[in-house]
Amino acid sequence: MFFQFANVLVFIALAVGLVGLMTGLSALLRPNNPEPGKMTTYECGEPPTGGAWINFNIRFYLVALVFVIFDVEIAFIAPVTVVFRDWVERGNGLFAFTEISIFLLILFVGLIYVWAKGDLEWVKRVSSQEDSPDIREAA
Amino acid sequence: MDAVSIHSRLREKFADRIVSVEEAVKDPFTVVEASAIVDVCSFLRDEAELQFDVLCNQTGVDYKAAGYIEVVYHLYSYSHRHYVILKVRVPRDAAVLASVEGVWKAANWLEREIFDLLGVHFTGHSDLRRLLMPEDWVGYPLRKDFVEPAEYHGISTTRESLLR
Amino acid sequence: MSLVNSFSQGVITTTADQFLNWTRKSSVWWMLFGLACCAIELMQTQGPRADVDRFGAAPRASPRQSDLMVVAGTLTLKMALRTKVLYDQMPEPRYVIAMGACASCGGLFQLAYSVCDGVDKVIPVDVYVPGCPPRPEALTEGILKLQEKMMTETWLVRRPAVGAQA
Repeated sequence: MFFQFANVLVFIALAVGLVGLMTGLSALLRPNNPEPGKMTTYECGEPPTGGAWINFNIRFYLVALVFVIFDVEIAFIAPVTVVFRDWVERGNGLFAFTEISIFLLILFVGLIYVWAKGDLEWVKRVSSQEDSPDIREAA
Repeated sequence: MDAVSIHSRLREKFADRIVSVEEAVKDPFTVVEASAIVDVCSFLRDEAELQFDVLCNQTGVDYKAAGYIEVVYHLYSYSHRHYVILKVRVPRDAAVLASVEGVWKAANWLEREIFDLLGVHFTGHSDLRRLLMPEDWVGYPLRKDFVEPAEYHGISTTRESLLR
Repeated sequence: MSLVNSFSQGVITTTADQFLNWTRKSSVWWMLFGLACCAIELMQTQGPRADVDRFGAAPRASPRQSDLMVVAGTLTLKMALRTKVLYDQMPEPRYVIAMGACASCGGLFQLAYSVCDGVDKVIPVDVYVPGCPPRPEALTEGILKLQEKMMTETWLVRRPAVGAQA
C-alpha cells in the first residue's frame, strides 16, 4: 500500500550499492602495506607537536546559526510553492499569498535586526571603539 | 657627512678605543676594539648629526693566518644619507663579542648567521642558535679549517661517481 | 582483504593488470615538492603552455593524496631528513622523479658542505630528468617515461619474491 515510496527504496538501494561497489572494489585492488613511517601524522615533514584538536573561532558558530535559521525558512516556503497553483484555482490565492508573506515578513524583521546589530560582519564592530580616547593624543 | 668627518667624530669621542682608521681605500672603515662596540654603535645611532638608524649588514671574515675573525658592520642613515663601516677583530680561539641586538633589532638574525657559520659567540643575544645549518650540526662551515664530516644522519656527504 | 599479489598469470588477470596500470598512469597526481629553481620549471610544466594536465597529472599539496613526488631543486642535508619522512608518508603505489641536476647528483653544488648529493641517497628514484633546469618538455618526457614504467607493473598477478616493488 506504500507503493509510491518504491522510488525512494530503489534510490537508497542504488546509492548504497554504488558506494559499496566503488569502495569495495578499490579495497580489493589496492596494495595494503601499513608501515610505522606511513602511519605518522603529516606535519610537513617535521615531527608533529601538540594535539590535533584545537579551539575553533566562535564566529563560525554565528555564521552557521544565521544560516540554519534562514535555511529552515526556505524549507518551509518550498511546500507552499508546490501547492500554490491548486490554491489559486480554488480561489484562495490571495489568502495563501498573504499568509506566506506574513511568515516571510516576520523573519525579514529578524534579518534586519541581525544586520543592524553587526552580526553579519566577520569582525563585529563594537560601538565603544569610537568613544574611547586615543591614547597617543593624551600623551 | 663624509667618511673622514665621521671618523674624526668617532676618534674625538672614543679616542683610545679606536684601533685604526683606513681612509685611503674605496670604502673607508674604522677598526674598533671589541669591548667598545656596543658603546660605539649606540653613539652612532643616537647622536643627532650621525643618526645611523639602520644596520644594513653584519658579516664575518676568517683570517686564519693572522689568527682573528673580523666582524664587519655596514651602517646607513636614512635621515642624513651617509654610511660608515666598522670592523671588530676577535681572536679565532676565543671568539666572543658583545651583541648589538639592543641597538638594532636587525642584528638578531645577522648575528645568528655569524654564530652558525663562523662560531663567534655574541653575549647578550636573546636567541643565539643556528640559523642556516641544521640544529645538530657540528662545526662552523665557513672557517678556513673546517673539515666536512663523512656523513650526516646516515647520509654520506660524498658522491663517488657522477654516473651512479 | 587485498587481492594484490594473489593470482597466477592468465589472460584475465594480466588484462586486468594492464587495465589497472592504464588507470593509474592516466591519473598521476604529483606532490608539490619544488625546492629551488627547478620548481619554476615545474610550475610551467603545470601551466597552460606545456600542459601536463592533458596526461592526467595534477598537483597535490599533501603526500597523502599523491602518487608521484617530483623532487625539483637542490636537496640540502637539512631538507633530506624531511624528504625521507614525506616519502614514507606517501601511500603506495608511489614513484619519485629526480628533476634537474641537483636532485640527481648534487649538480652545481655537489662540493658544498650543506648539500645532499642527489635525492637517491635518501629515497629510491624511478626517473632521473637531467637539466639545469630541465625544460617543461623534458619533464613531460620524464613523466611519460614514468608512465611507461607504470605499464610494466604487476598487481593481481603474483610477483616473483626477489625484486618486489618497494
